[in-house]
Amino acid sequence: MRLPISLAAGLLFGLGLWVSDMADPARVLAFLDVGAIATGGWDPTLAFVMAGAMAVSGTAWRIARGRAASLSGAPLPGPPSKVVDRRLLGGAALFGLGWGLSGICPGPALTVAGVGGPPIALFLAGLLAGFLSFDFFLRPKPAPI
Amino acid sequence: MEPDWINGLAGGALIGAAAGLLLLGNGRIAGVSGIAGEAVEGIAGRLSGGLSARWLESLLFVLGLLAAPAIFGALGGDLEVSFAAGPATLIFAGLMVGLGTRLGSGCTSGHGVSGGARLSRRSFAAMATFMAVAMATVAVARAL
Repeated sequence: MRLPISLAAGLLFGLGLWVSDMADPARVLAFLDVGAIATGGWDPTLAFVMAGAMAVSGTAWRIARGRAASLSGAPLPGPPSKVVDRRLLGGAALFGLGWGLSGICPGPALTVAGVGGPPIALFLAGLLAGFLSFDFFLRPKPAPI
Repeated sequence: MEPDWINGLAGGALIGAAAGLLLLGNGRIAGVSGIAGEAVEGIAGRLSGGLSARWLESLLFVLGLLAAPAIFGALGGDLEVSFAAGPATLIFAGLMVGLGTRLGSGCTSGHGVSGGARLSRRSFAAMATFMAVAMATVAVARAL
């Protein structure tokens, strides 16, 4: 069951990005451009997307709290870490810089990959280089999975 | 003007359902940067567990994301996207997003959709940081 569940979750996730139009970097940039609130040109759609997503995913997290394991038998994630350190905030700041420059975050980058032409290919080349440079230079040893 | 907030809420609900399915079905957090990073690192030979069943799950989630536009297009959806950034900016932005999300352990999905929904203090801090920096970046880019 685990493999079909993963595939279905990836498909649903991607469809959600297309239905909400958040696959389009221009729409994301229009949300991030809060200076446009003054001129009436601000696009609040991303806030509705986050609200819809959190409402449903929050319900799933509440259900998960009452269960011993996932349907496939794999353990459910434990309580979240509370550590807020430089690594977390520095990484988030670098991500924010790249997101603000392009309007693209990892989910949209992947779901646009097949239909976005050369611009998304360039972004994905950078993304791949970023993932690998983290893995080869910034993580002391391979992930313990 | 079409009521975009309806599409926003509906699309968001689909994203939340995807996260819920992965959580309750497989016990995993739907963080795209973590899952895609793991898929790439497995191919690069950097996962200590090797190309495990868990790695295959990550790969299939990525395949689902890649295949979504084919289904959306077949249902009559509009697949038009536009990029404001130039070639060099796109490469640099990709690099920052790749490095930053792995270093900061998450992106809009892991820290935003899932971390926010489970009321993680760490995720709120990350989300506030990347939102603020992204908004400031857009403001500076607009002013230049």
